[in-house]
Amino acid sequence: MTPGAQPYLPPAAAPPLPAAGAAVIGLDVVRLAGFTADACLKCNVCNTVCPVARVTDRFPGPKYVGPQAQRFRSDQARSPQSARPQRVPRSPVTPLSLLEPPARPGGPGRQTAPRPLSPDLTVDWCSGCGFCTRACPAGVEIAEINSRARAVLRVQNAAPRLAGVPLRRRPLRDWALGQTDLLGRLGVPLAPLANAFLGSRRLRSLVQAVAGIHRDAPVPRFAGRTFRAAWRRAGHPLPRPGAAVSVGADGRFPRPDRAVVYFHGCAANYQEPRVAESVVAVLARNGLETIVPDQVCCGLPLISNGYYAEARRKATRNIASLAEWAAAGYRIVTASTSCGHTLKAEYRTMLDLDDPAARSVAGATWDIMEFLADLHESGRLDTQFGSLAGPGGTARPLLYHAPCQLRSQGIGLPALDLLALVPGLEPIDLDHDCCGVAGTYGLKEEKYEVAMAVGAGLFDKIRAVDPARAPAAACDSETCRWQIERATGRPTLHPVEFLAEAYRAAAPSGQRPADGPGPSVDDRPADARGAPPEPGSTASA
Amino acid sequence: MTPRVLDVLVVGGGATGAALLRDLSMRGARCLLVDKGDFGTGTSGRNHGLLHSGARYVVKDEISALQCARENAVLSRVAAPAIEPTGGLFVATPDDPPDYADGFAAACARAGVACREIEPAEALRREPALRPDLRRAFAVSDGAIDPWALIELNLRSAVHYGGEALAYHRLVGLQLANGRIVGAELADVRSGSTFRVAPRMVVNAAGPWAGRVAALAGAEVTLTLGKGALIVLDRRPVDSVVARCHPPSDGDALVPVHTVAILGTSSVTVHDPDRYAISPAEIAHLMALGDQLVPSFSASRVLRAYAGVRPLYLPRLDELQPRERAGLAADPAAAEALAAGRIDSRRLTRAHRVLDHGPRDGIANLVSIVGGKLTTCRLMAEETADTVAAKLGLGTPCRTADEPMGGADGGRPYWLGHRLAEREVAGGGDADLVCECELVSAGDIERFLDERWPCSLDDLRRGTRLGMGPCQGAFCTFRAAARVGERAGGRAATATGERGLLVAAGGPSPVEIGRVADGPEPPEPGDGPIGPALVDAALVGFLEERFRGVRPVAWGRQLQEAWFEAGVYLGVLGVDALVVDGQRPCLPEDGRAEL
Repeated sequence: MTPGAQPYLPPAAAPPLPAAGAAVIGLDVVRLAGFTADACLKCNVCNTVCPVARVTDRFPGPKYVGPQAQRFRSDQARSPQSARPQRVPRSPVTPLSLLEPPARPGGPGRQTAPRPLSPDLTVDWCSGCGFCTRACPAGVEIAEINSRARAVLRVQNAAPRLAGVPLRRRPLRDWALGQTDLLGRLGVPLAPLANAFLGSRRLRSLVQAVAGIHRDAPVPRFAGRTFRAAWRRAGHPLPRPGAAVSVGADGRFPRPDRAVVYFHGCAANYQEPRVAESVVAVLARNGLETIVPDQVCCGLPLISNGYYAEARRKATRNIASLAEWAAAGYRIVTASTSCGHTLKAEYRTMLDLDDPAARSVAGATWDIMEFLADLHESGRLDTQFGSLAGPGGTARPLLYHAPCQLRSQGIGLPALDLLALVPGLEPIDLDHDCCGVAGTYGLKEEKYEVAMAVGAGLFDKIRAVDPARAPAAACDSETCRWQIERATGRPTLHPVEFLAEAYRAAAPSGQRPADGPGPSVDDRPADARGAPPEPGSTASA
Repeated sequence: MTPRVLDVLVVGGGATGAALLRDLSMRGARCLLVDKGDFGTGTSGRNHGLLHSGARYVVKDEISALQCARENAVLSRVAAPAIEPTGGLFVATPDDPPDYADGFAAACARAGVACREIEPAEALRREPALRPDLRRAFAVSDGAIDPWALIELNLRSAVHYGGEALAYHRLVGLQLANGRIVGAELADVRSGSTFRVAPRMVVNAAGPWAGRVAALAGAEVTLTLGKGALIVLDRRPVDSVVARCHPPSDGDALVPVHTVAILGTSSVTVHDPDRYAISPAEIAHLMALGDQLVPSFSASRVLRAYAGVRPLYLPRLDELQPRERAGLAADPAAAEALAAGRIDSRRLTRAHRVLDHGPRDGIANLVSIVGGKLTTCRLMAEETADTVAAKLGLGTPCRTADEPMGGADGGRPYWLGHRLAEREVAGGGDADLVCECELVSAGDIERFLDERWPCSLDDLRRGTRLGMGPCQGAFCTFRAAARVGERAGGRAATATGERGLLVAAGGPSPVEIGRVADGPEPPEPGDGPIGPALVDAALVGFLEERFRGVRPVAWGRQLQEAWFEAGVYLGVLGVDALVVDGQRPCLPEDGRAEL
């Protein structure tokens, strides 16, 4: 340990972990997202920032489907946790059948036939980008309200109808889109075959017809080997839950001031191990070892697609694993803004996981760019970057898109500041709200056009810059990168990849900054590190 | 003009009057219902909207309990669209006397009021917002009822059977000859014009004003007026009716009605049914009681407060039933009062009474219906109609309990999601919404105006829920006023009488359901101000009415909303500069508002 440095979260100060299965009794309903609807003054600011309502009339806007519609939802219709599938006859479902009252456990003699739980339909067009929640001056968690209502809508077994036309519901597709872990485990061993399949336009048309995933929607390629497999093969440990207690005495893991815990998430494991490798390399360059803890999918794709119960199981497992590291004083970093926002905010705002363990994980989680910017602010970032200038030493514009989930974290745009440190790079904020894909939203057959329209302005800005001048773009979120790449043909990378590249371009033994105390982990308490994460968005996966 | 001959004139367009009009019309009588205001603006429209299961009364007032239990089932069948079968929970908290719950369960069993004890944990699963330390919980058949929808159903049915109803017509005089009423003088309160009818029978269903109506015939009806204040939450923290399992007292029921929840009531004796205020102490008291049921209660947004008056009939000594006499004698204080020739009204049944003023006061064709509850309004009408029918010699029996209102299948019961679902299946969206909070579309407004024009925005509110949501008129008032302006279409119009009530000269005849063949002439086009003044009156009248209810609870979010609203109407539209009926609007404004 560096002399004088303290673990920033001393174990003694860490909150005790709750007993397994401890129930939260007597929920403080005021704190639940749905009840922030109380605060709506109907000012319309949310409607003015909604990227989806801007491009389609099918989405009536966040105010209408959010706080306004919330008053017409019974407790069941607004809480996916308590919603249970209702056995509603599949066919024929008339619009009128939606208008019948739902079953109530009711008083004696008040039993009515089971009815749909949800009065909603148009909330399905909300992409969950979270702009509304961030813009609301009254603090209404609009995107969170919408996510819950969407989840309840999907729990219903009957196909809802819009203006008499049955909406095609794809329970299997929506479930599958939530299974990033499972898809990755299946896809990676079969990578050549799977990638050829996904690359074939004819087969994609078939997939669209059968499964409802648009044939032109961005779908990532599988890597030949997962990041975890490569990590193990390189001789690194993959600690099981409970391993964190072996810190110190047996020396198995470096102390919290010399290492960080890396939540890689699904994309960096199954599709883009190069992002994970860049994270490891950049941390190593700054004297920090990487610990890869036990983890599963953060659950966001499941939340976005309405599978709250399954998301909760994933969240519970992640919290159980990560809370031990957090309690031991480690910081948790992630290069996926989706996972980061989920760990920081959505376990609480969406899944009602608000126990001390979940809170300690949320408090210890940092976006990788946020983390590096914090190192830099305290003078501990190795800034000896090599130049990434173009031919002839001309500075290259780097077109940067800040993803919705990053903005929901309320940490500014740290990648812009860090990329500006790299000689020969000229980061440009594209200043567009949303690329449209919103996780899995833009993959869906019926949403694809909307998603492309949402991102159109962004794509135009990128296309306007000559690829010879700006060969690549940057974005912190994997699904946004794939969307941008697919729409513009411009290779789009994580900002950390540019930093890793710039370190490689520098002299192999990069000098540490002369005035800094050397790289070590921030020892300030979590609440002194700047803005806490906003009660963020549903920002997709 | 010869006064029109009627079988029955019903005075008072509340729930009972409307049910009575239906009942008598179904029996074949030619009836006219009049109210000095809009229908359902008195006690019927100013309560919880609680459809009692009877459980509230089982311990102290078994007659009322039985009546409620029976009528609950009847109304659920015949007036389904006005009722949300929420189910109810009686919960015993640590603040409630523990022995009451035992007596309560036994009394329910004895009275035949359906009641099932459930585990507190089950009650919390059903209603997670309830306080977690419940001791006991009982599921009962309480529900929510929309009084205006109920009245509307009754009036439509009555009109179908030939009944007629006139709003904004006040009974100003009764002519008696030889112990009979031979004529009634009615005044259109908006135009000031009067006309006479000659009813064979007059029924006084005027609720808290029943004493005044009776006095027009020289009869004395004494009422104890108990004011009850209620507060409205922005949303429904519970989806069941929740009541405290303790002896009936203040603030003991939280009722989810439509999109809101209503807690009440306080109980304060007043003397004038037209003038009463809500005190800050009452509000504070109710908020504290709310917290005892739902811990987040006082952290929730409160939309407004309002109050109604319970007209409790104070019988003459010779009208006491033996059972009541025994009840009074059992209570020392009441017995003492009784000995002194006074009756302690708290010990009386809440059940209604039909007063036949023939034997009672020597007025052969006047009947009053007094006391009672919203839940039992149909029964009250039935018993009154029985008396009236006997006097008219009508042999037809009552059919109001058998024939559903609102369609052959009786309609579907209200469901909270109904309005949203209906919009959603039609494509959703708020482009044509006049009232965003309550999802009232331009089409809804126009349909109402087609039937009821000319009317005030407050009448529109009762018919459509315009302005009843969180913004309390901030966004819908100007839109609805514009609709009224379009309707007036530049025709000569005057704004007279009570503020906010409108008369459009040259338009269709005043508010009515059904037509009075030789009723009042439509007002002639006058010299009054034209179109814009009518819009001003509509705007100001509604803003004043909405603000009156917000004022007692103007804190937190609702105060923010009020300032937002002030920005819209005072800052942008300059409504404070309007002069309506010679007065400036009474709105929050520097120096004049008592926020």
